[in-house]
Amino acid sequence: MKYKSVNKSVRKKDAMQLLLGKGVYVDDITPSNALVVKLLRSPHANAMVQEIKLDAALKVEGVEAIYTWQDVPQTRFAIAGQTYPEPSPYDRLILDRHVRFVGDPVAIIAADTEKAAEQAMKRIKVTYEILPAVLDPRTAMDNPTLVHPEEDWFPPCAVGGDNKRNLVASGTDLDGDVDAVLADCEVVLEHTYHTKACNQAMMETFRTFTQLDRYGRLHVISSTQIVFHCRRILSRALGIPKSQIRVEKPRIGGGFGAKQTAVCEVYPAFVTLKTGKPCELIYTREESQIAGSPRHEMQMRVRIGAMKDGTIRAIDLHTLSNSGAYGEHGPTTVGLSGHKSIPLYSGNLEAYRFSYDVVYTNLQPAGAYRGYGATQGIFAVESAVNELSERLGLDPTVIRDKNMVREGMVMPSYYGETANACALDRCMARCRQIFDWDKRYPVRDMGGGKVRAAGVAMAMQGSSISFVDVGSATVRLSEDGTYNLILGAADMGTGCDTILAQMVAECMDCDVDDVAVFSADTDVSPYDSGSYASSTTYLTGKAVEKACRQLKQQLFAIAAEMLGCSESELVFEPKGIRCLWTGQVATLEQIAYKAQCFNTHPAEATAAHTSEISPPPFMVGMVEIELDKETGKVDILDFMAVVDCGTPINPALARIQAEGGIVQGIGMALTEDIHYDSKGRPIESSFMQYKLPTRLDMGKLRVEFESSHEPTGPFGAKSIGEIVINPPAPAIAHAIYRATGVWHRELPITPEKIVMSKGNAE
Amino acid sequence: MLTIKNYVRAQSLEEAYALNQSRRSKILGGMLWLKMSDLRLQTAIDLCDLGLDTIEETDECFSIGCMTSLRSLEKHEGLNAYTGGAVRAAVRDIVGVQFRNCATVGGSLFGRFGFSDVLTVLLSMDCLVELYPEGLVSLKEFAAMKRNNSILVRLVIRKTPGKFSYQAMRAQKTDFPVLTCAASCVAGEYRVVLGARPMKAMVLRDEQGILKQGICEESAKAFADFATSVTPTGSNIRGSAAYRTHLVRVLTRRALQELGG
Amino acid sequence: MEIELKLNGKTVTDHIEADTVLLDFVRAHGCLSVKRGCETANCGLCTVLLDGVPVLSCSTLAARANGRSVTTLEGLQEEAADFVGFIADQGAEQCGFCNPGFVMNTIALLRENPDPTDDEIRQYLAGNLCRCSGYEGQLRGIRNYLNSRGARHEV
Repeated sequence: MKYKSVNKSVRKKDAMQLLLGKGVYVDDITPSNALVVKLLRSPHANAMVQEIKLDAALKVEGVEAIYTWQDVPQTRFAIAGQTYPEPSPYDRLILDRHVRFVGDPVAIIAADTEKAAEQAMKRIKVTYEILPAVLDPRTAMDNPTLVHPEEDWFPPCAVGGDNKRNLVASGTDLDGDVDAVLADCEVVLEHTYHTKACNQAMMETFRTFTQLDRYGRLHVISSTQIVFHCRRILSRALGIPKSQIRVEKPRIGGGFGAKQTAVCEVYPAFVTLKTGKPCELIYTREESQIAGSPRHEMQMRVRIGAMKDGTIRAIDLHTLSNSGAYGEHGPTTVGLSGHKSIPLYSGNLEAYRFSYDVVYTNLQPAGAYRGYGATQGIFAVESAVNELSERLGLDPTVIRDKNMVREGMVMPSYYGETANACALDRCMARCRQIFDWDKRYPVRDMGGGKVRAAGVAMAMQGSSISFVDVGSATVRLSEDGTYNLILGAADMGTGCDTILAQMVAECMDCDVDDVAVFSADTDVSPYDSGSYASSTTYLTGKAVEKACRQLKQQLFAIAAEMLGCSESELVFEPKGIRCLWTGQVATLEQIAYKAQCFNTHPAEATAAHTSEISPPPFMVGMVEIELDKETGKVDILDFMAVVDCGTPINPALARIQAEGGIVQGIGMALTEDIHYDSKGRPIESSFMQYKLPTRLDMGKLRVEFESSHEPTGPFGAKSIGEIVINPPAPAIAHAIYRATGVWHRELPITPEKIVMSKGNAE
Repeated sequence: MLTIKNYVRAQSLEEAYALNQSRRSKILGGMLWLKMSDLRLQTAIDLCDLGLDTIEETDECFSIGCMTSLRSLEKHEGLNAYTGGAVRAAVRDIVGVQFRNCATVGGSLFGRFGFSDVLTVLLSMDCLVELYPEGLVSLKEFAAMKRNNSILVRLVIRKTPGKFSYQAMRAQKTDFPVLTCAASCVAGEYRVVLGARPMKAMVLRDEQGILKQGICEESAKAFADFATSVTPTGSNIRGSAAYRTHLVRVLTRRALQELGG
Repeated sequence: MEIELKLNGKTVTDHIEADTVLLDFVRAHGCLSVKRGCETANCGLCTVLLDGVPVLSCSTLAARANGRSVTTLEGLQEEAADFVGFIADQGAEQCGFCNPGFVMNTIALLRENPDPTDDEIRQYLAGNLCRCSGYEGQLRGIRNYLNSRGARHEV
């Protein structure tokens, strides 16, 4: 298929603004008279606030107000950015007397300056009744200590949760008789894998500005991926109608799912409502690290059954997910750990079982992080498959060739969906060839204690949440024949504003430069679930296609009157609409002006789209490492990935998505660790302790595309944003096994673990 | 949150010293650690007007002002020629170029930080520090001293003929080291310095004559065994005592082999 | 206290508190390109040039810059425009929040070493964190820019 504007690497529309440092983020557009909002946070993992003395704090010059649990509405809510009714339980108050993790807010302070707010914070005297804390997810369920003992805990959806058991959700999903098939297998492997609560660590921390607008309504400018959900969350939390709230996002300094949760919006919004004054809350890096919305820690037990020839017949996966002190995204992330790992092996799978428990603990609440549970599940299942192939003495790429899902196959463990578009087999073949797998898979001794080895992993994700997500777009013709594209999706740096404009350009046969993009504002944008769940390209993209089609119909209606013929006699051309009979043309400029004069057909169209399926993108990753057997240091030499995201709408941006995701995956595999002390206090609370990969830590990246054509996606596209974080961890763990003979089943795999492990080779 | 009431650019060491006698005064280094503290300072004393930000090289020594940046150490041709690149190797992985442009030699040494790459590499050389008002003391002696209200004015590296090598283990390339190791042979005397244990760097000398016949694979291994047996290590978030002890053996041997080769 | 410094070539006089850091000072004077990404001097987002040398403005007192020359990306728009188009062609700007610090430090690198190797680029920019791009696209952009100027080093 030959395209003019899609499948082209055009520059992002905001590229030069961003690269030249223009003031386009929340803190750049906040007036300097805004009150500084700060949060006093609990130093205890589980405690009841007995008394708060504010006198001394209120005397600090410049302090406007201080609020405690006694001042806030008593309606419980969830801050997860999800479609209503949310699967996440309503378990929060703006401030709760019962504080449930180190970092849970105790008081909201508003002052003229940051210094005054900090000083006031130091002078607040809080007496706590310290309670025993649940710090280990493995002993959380049915623990005598309850994280949420309250009677008004409320789950809007039935997801198998029970606050009296510390259970956020639980369930089982199966096909076939997994125990019987396992009993009939020649080899059964059972191992337990553990991934931690990695932080998104986007460069711009959480932040929100609030003020009363010209109509006296609450106007929220926030760094968020979910303007509409945010409005709904604020409405419930604050007890005001949605008509009294406007949520807007400027440019966002990274999200990766972190900002799919309304982490900080409610606090300044509450202060603005109370004081009538503009407020700004900027989380410090420490707050972002300890009170954000990181990945769910998961422990996964995998049983995999196969024949000696490598035929994989059954997978039994149990996931224990740690939701932390609140339940945001707990019931849903866990699902992906099974639903986006097991289907990779649909080839010969006779039975599977996926069961899960999601528990509350007195640790930082988790949220949505790129991959959303799939990353964790794929680490477990891909590692198990690698362990199986090494046990059987089979090449791990060959065992995958034998068992992988292929185009046209039904995936029982993926809601019974059919793989309409699947180039996983081609991804594997191509990756094997350009990585030179056959040469690099054998372990090579480089001398001086160093060895080189390679590892492999596959991955999948989805494209939007089927039967749930809604993407929308408005396309409007301007008087000079250019277009406005108005979106409710949120470009958080990924470039979706641009790729959606490329689609408009393709549909309307114009230049991408002729499409101006706006997003997102609840007062202006058409409803969109928001940018998460790998939905924007696939779903909002399709809405853009529809909107363009509808706009053409509108323009035909106007042109028909102008040209005095019927709409069926008209054709759309780049610069206007032509009547087939007369050859007469109404230019877009003429049509647009006509639309503004004695006319009832709007020169704009809004369309929404939703999907009954969530077509998976697929990917193969191969890594070569050099491992220093004496120090345990792992150097990534080369990471090669081949991705099937359907048609890449903008290959340059798709490539950067892949590269960025791979480096985050490398961080998760090797350097990004999470520890708590015995009291539940987080150790990795800054970039000094939480180590993101630098450009010296990631070796050389190579990304190629092996495209399928997804019939339900815009121009054949599927998603790319999330899948790319999944392959690095299992591939690197595999390479480390090859180099050392030891399987590491807990992330990150640090040099110390590599050197000090006693060995577990079977 | 660090707060500072007054900022003073001292015009002489006398003035700086006098100001520094108050408990609520501090001499500013690169501000990198100080800024993260919760101190409430009455007076922050800046030595930046005293011309102490250069490296002067003579036939006998390098005289390095306390305000000299770590980046200047990294880039100084003479210093790296004398140390065979060991100084550059010791500082080049500290966070980033901008950080090393801020961080000062004086600040790095005065803190006597356990994690210090700088202290580790310098302890392998013939170094003195000039304190005000005490005058010159050996770096080793200074490293053992309790912090006081003196001013670290200068670092002096004597150009005693020697060879130097540097090794460090970092889990992430620009992180704090898990262990640092410098080895040297200065005027015929071997020294191995082990830092980030995580305690302050300590100096080992070849008192048993293990390296008397020079460095070969065997003697390097033997000295590494010796170092492992006498070097206390501890645990923190970056590594356990056991892993650090393991690294003492590995890095000592590697540093000596590099020195010998 | 009063300070006077050159900010992007213009003399700026202001009354500041002794503990004001340069980052907050330059933002208050309209240099919004300068960002804060951490409190621990690890991210490089706040990089400015102090007398031409790249420093972390989060860790530099504004008082220390008294009498000196401070340059932010606002003052180097032309010099930056030269090469940032090559980053844009890669899409490597992504969310953009780390861009100003990265661009400033790249300018410092190229002034110091106009013809760096890839390893020299990685080493010099190691203190500039980026969470979006995976770094590779930034490197490709710089390399393409250098090649367009007829650089000697390839890959």
